[in-house]
Amino acid sequence: MCSLEKRGNVWVLTLAGDDHQHRLNPTLIDSLASALSRLASHATPGSVLLTTAQGKFFSNGFDLAWARAASSPSAAYDRLQSLVDSFRPIVAALISLPMPTIAAVNGHASAAGFMLAFSHDYVLMRGDRGVLYMPEVDLGLPLPDYFTAVIRSKMKSPAVLRDLLLVGAKMTGAEAVKRGIVDSAHDSEESTVEAAMRLGEQLAGRKWVGEVYAEIRKSLYPVACNALGLTQKAIVSKI
Amino acid sequence: MGCTLEKRGSVFVLTLTSESDEQHRLNPTLLSSLLAALTQVNSQATDASALVTTAQGRFFCNGFDFHWARAAADHQAARIRLRAMSNSLRPVLAALFSLPIPTVAAVSGHAAAAGAVLALAHDHVLMRGDRGVLYMPEVDLGITLPDYFAAVMREKVAAARDLVLAGRKVRAEEAVKMGIVRSAHDSAEGTVEAAMGLGEELAGRKWVGEAYVEVRKSLFPEVCDVLGLAPKSIVSKI
Repeated sequence: MCSLEKRGNVWVLTLAGDDHQHRLNPTLIDSLASALSRLASHATPGSVLLTTAQGKFFSNGFDLAWARAASSPSAAYDRLQSLVDSFRPIVAALISLPMPTIAAVNGHASAAGFMLAFSHDYVLMRGDRGVLYMPEVDLGLPLPDYFTAVIRSKMKSPAVLRDLLLVGAKMTGAEAVKRGIVDSAHDSEESTVEAAMRLGEQLAGRKWVGEVYAEIRKSLYPVACNALGLTQKAIVSKI
Repeated sequence: MGCTLEKRGSVFVLTLTSESDEQHRLNPTLLSSLLAALTQVNSQATDASALVTTAQGRFFCNGFDFHWARAAADHQAARIRLRAMSNSLRPVLAALFSLPIPTVAAVSGHAAAAGAVLALAHDHVLMRGDRGVLYMPEVDLGITLPDYFAAVMREKVAAARDLVLAGRKVRAEEAVKMGIVRSAHDSAEGTVEAAMGLGEELAGRKWVGEAYVEVRKSLFPEVCDVLGLAPKSIVSKI
């Protein structure tokens, strides 16, 4: 489950609930989808989204335990596929959200959990614990097309792509800053969220027009948009 | 008018001049003289030449001429003027991307919006560090980017988010750190001098123009695609 509340100009979306790893299963994905769609309809110039989570995980990815609890291997595969399919609109909603977005990564973010964080415009991370990790190569799982499309759109260094996806390197906050994957690392969960709130208020002060902001973002990531089924909208320029 | 072209040594020097507008805003007059100058460079280029583009005064180029657009009879006519400028910059960029010689921008002052795109369309960008910024103001103005602006930003600027989506005003030193600008210099004169030195050095390599341009185009396929530049196959000498 997740909660959405407004603090100042910043909408804070928090992953919470019984599963402290915040694994993405149909319940959490539905709850994210409705929070993001509520947000898109409430956007005003100066709105900002900040996404974080309770505890020492940001999100540990798709709920493979739930998928494996299916009656047969093929039913388990179908469950995993349904997670891949239902998470796509979450990433699409973030890439087309009409406001700046910030992830305050309070702990481990792996696989789809990493994708959730990385789909935000800015990623801040705690440096004292927690890693970013794409485990697919270790697990022998293929990457959904939109995962690689988003990553390739936003991550320009071949060496970083290799280490993240083809080596399965676990990156701490400090390493992730050095490699340009996150914007800054902070020494605790609280200071990460505080820094993200400060950034949020600063971006809110720019009072950007959400609709235009979303179109500019999309124009920077055409490969991601293509995989996510997002098309450019023409906006008549004010002049 | 609005620009001059001269040859100094091996280097063609294209200068945006200030007689009518010190901000060198891109209006139909300046755009057509830029295109004419680049066409002339293209026809006179040899394997031992290079281009340096710079500007007089404290602006490199402040983007499209919104004053001219807004001087139209009504909103609709203003939009048509803006679109006309956007359509006329396209062939200028296409000409830069298809020049068979190395290109260097000596950014002698502010380069904003279309002016920043013009600078970044060069192979090498040198910038004065004592004043002036690179700035993409579209997000602040609430306007989207023409497709070819976005393509240039995607393929030339690794930190496109900071420049385009955050509307950050980037000074030379920071632009060097971001990998957008090759070097920062302590005055406009110092920038042009360094650009001339680089131009002579690159001209001295005597690269085969026909191959040089195809290598450049192959590095920026999305830009070439939106500008309508197709790759040409060249029979390799081996």
